[in-house]
Amino acid sequence: MKTQIFIALKFLLIMTLLTGLIYPLLMTGVAQLSYPYKANGSLIIKDGKIIGSELIGQKFDSSTYFWSRPSATGYDAIPSGGSNLGPTSKTLKALVSSRRILFAKMNSIDNMTEVPEEMIFASGSGLDPQISPRSAMMQVERIVKARHLDNNMKNILLKKINDLTEDPQLSFLGEPRINVLLLNLELDKIDGNLTNNK
Amino acid sequence: MNEALQLILFLVLLAVLSPLLGKYMAKVFMGDKHIMTPVFGWLEKLVYRLSGIKSEEEMNWKTYMYGVLIFNLFGFLLLFLLQIFQVYLPLNTEKLPNVSWHLAFNTAMSFTTNTNWQSYSGENTLSYLVQMLGLTVQNFVSAATGIAVVLALIRGLTRKTTDALGNFWADMTRSVIYVLLPLSIILTIALVGQGAVQTFSHYVKATTLQGSEQVIPLGPAASQIAIKQLGTNGGGFFGANSSHPFENPTPLSNFLELLSIIIISAGLVFTFGYYMKSKGQARAIFITMFILFAVGIAVSLWAEYSHNNVLNVSGAMEGKETRFGVMNSVLWSVTTTATSNGSVNAMQDSLSPLSGLVAMFNIMLGEIIFGGVGSGLYGMIIFIILTVFIAGLMVGRTPEYLGKKIEAFEMKMAILAVLAPSIVIKLFSAIACLVPAGLAGLNNAGPHGLSEILYAFSSAAGNNGSAFAGLNTNSVFYNLMMGSGMLIGRFGIIVPVMAIAGSMARKKVTPVSSGTFRTDNWLFVMLLISVILIVGGLTFFPPLALGPIVEHSLMHLGVTF
Repeated sequence: MKTQIFIALKFLLIMTLLTGLIYPLLMTGVAQLSYPYKANGSLIIKDGKIIGSELIGQKFDSSTYFWSRPSATGYDAIPSGGSNLGPTSKTLKALVSSRRILFAKMNSIDNMTEVPEEMIFASGSGLDPQISPRSAMMQVERIVKARHLDNNMKNILLKKINDLTEDPQLSFLGEPRINVLLLNLELDKIDGNLTNNK
Repeated sequence: MNEALQLILFLVLLAVLSPLLGKYMAKVFMGDKHIMTPVFGWLEKLVYRLSGIKSEEEMNWKTYMYGVLIFNLFGFLLLFLLQIFQVYLPLNTEKLPNVSWHLAFNTAMSFTTNTNWQSYSGENTLSYLVQMLGLTVQNFVSAATGIAVVLALIRGLTRKTTDALGNFWADMTRSVIYVLLPLSIILTIALVGQGAVQTFSHYVKATTLQGSEQVIPLGPAASQIAIKQLGTNGGGFFGANSSHPFENPTPLSNFLELLSIIIISAGLVFTFGYYMKSKGQARAIFITMFILFAVGIAVSLWAEYSHNNVLNVSGAMEGKETRFGVMNSVLWSVTTTATSNGSVNAMQDSLSPLSGLVAMFNIMLGEIIFGGVGSGLYGMIIFIILTVFIAGLMVGRTPEYLGKKIEAFEMKMAILAVLAPSIVIKLFSAIACLVPAGLAGLNNAGPHGLSEILYAFSSAAGNNGSAFAGLNTNSVFYNLMMGSGMLIGRFGIIVPVMAIAGSMARKKVTPVSSGTFRTDNWLFVMLLISVILIVGGLTFFPPLALGPIVEHSLMHLGVTF
């Protein structure tokens, strides 16, 4: 029994070193060498400043930008999380109904049932970086008006939406989607520099 | 169309890959030469030498179990201490304060019992050091503990008139070095390639396009996520778990993680087959699990795509990520609860009532539908013992499994193992419903509130770790109740299982005759499924009726809370 105690202590120490130190350090080394951009958070740097991560959604609610999804944390990443409201929640029902009305009104959609699902429901992480390409298309007219884009610019924008749309991976995994931050960055480029200009 | 393709590919890969992995693991644990021997053989020997392990020295069930208990006790203490002193330790890049004693107790219990329930969010609670030295280590060794226990049981069932059940330390070493570590290394690299983070940098401050400030958390996440899936642990590096884009960035990472959750548990069934020298016996167990799994997926998908009259949508996206969509969220929810993983890629709390029910029911059955690594199979063997006993009563013969007589002692132990988690689920939930401290944590009202509490204690007792996460459990009441629930749910099964292993090993084997009740045919599969559903159904139908089933009916009437 006594030898077992000593073995247990030594074994725990060795496992701690092996799986708790050597393994993560080794993996960090490999990751930093082979995928430095991704391993460090896919950060987007513009004019020397970090403006976010490709993978972490940002809050977009201004009429001049493509909107991101509703988020239970308001896109605060510390900590991440969803609303955890259940299917018969009064609060959720009210939220969904007001989001639906707002999205329809802002984007001149007549039929309420056409408002895309992901634009009225909050994501699980609160940081969903993407929306469906359909949701992006629905917002184009609003943005064109708000930014007074001419026809040429509008066509470039439509082409960008098409370019940035990610099809299901390997053509069948997951859903078609478009990264809102990347799209809005392109939008700013098309329209000269409108950053921070609400 | 794509939905069907993903689902079918997943099930096909499960059926094709698990026998291969099972064969490999059989070689590893029988001590034969295998493809990893030249790569890591030196490491195995080094671990033996440094810890003073005599790998050839076999143990009886009591010594083996003593090893399990003492090792887990030390693991618990180390993890507890790391948390309450994290301020004084290095690699606390964000200057996070020490964890409270009750949260540290809960988390330490949670990770040593392979539950990985989290009353906290990693990004604002734990330093990189605690995540690595504390959590990642327990992710490995708690999974290895499950494998070791099932190996002892398998040896007990397949050997005759002996006390020897193998060497606990050798089984642990081999599980970590030859199974968990190599697979984790591969998965980590694949995940980083998809965008999961793996760095020691500080959190980053970004100024968003709309001009507000956003703090982006980082960390050595991918290496922990890999083992959290493979070891059916499930505790997220970040609060949002596998719905977080840094944990599960793409549909491909999602698919790989899903497969990792289930593959070792499924493989162990075939490993059992090699020990029994009977593929048929293993196949019967696999088919039983597969059927229960497939039915769960079907019911849950149907429920989630059905119309919600309250919100007026079908397939609500609340708590789900755009890149995964409804199908992948549901598939994950069933997989993570059938196994004892408990990670989530969508918020379980926001699922439709009956999808939530399937998840909860999977856990309540004891997570034997593939289940946790090791724990799933020993849980299933308990049900097999129950089934052959009931079948024996029906035909009036002494019940036997693999030629060994099932007698009063084994039955007592099997019943103990079935009752331990059930008592926690029902009794602890009842207490939480009666005291103000229990109700204080609720995020939803009405029947959904009951579901939140019921789910929490099911998750604790089943060592699952997934949650109806609206329930705030970071309080003294919940941290202590849940922590003790996990303890009973883990060792309340392991101890009887070890006792069964010891007693079965000593028995003689009766040769197969025409009167032997067969356990490798369809009749047995159907009997086994019936026993599982009847035991689970009768135990838990009343609380389920008051929670998700009532909510489902009220949702149809458009009632809100």
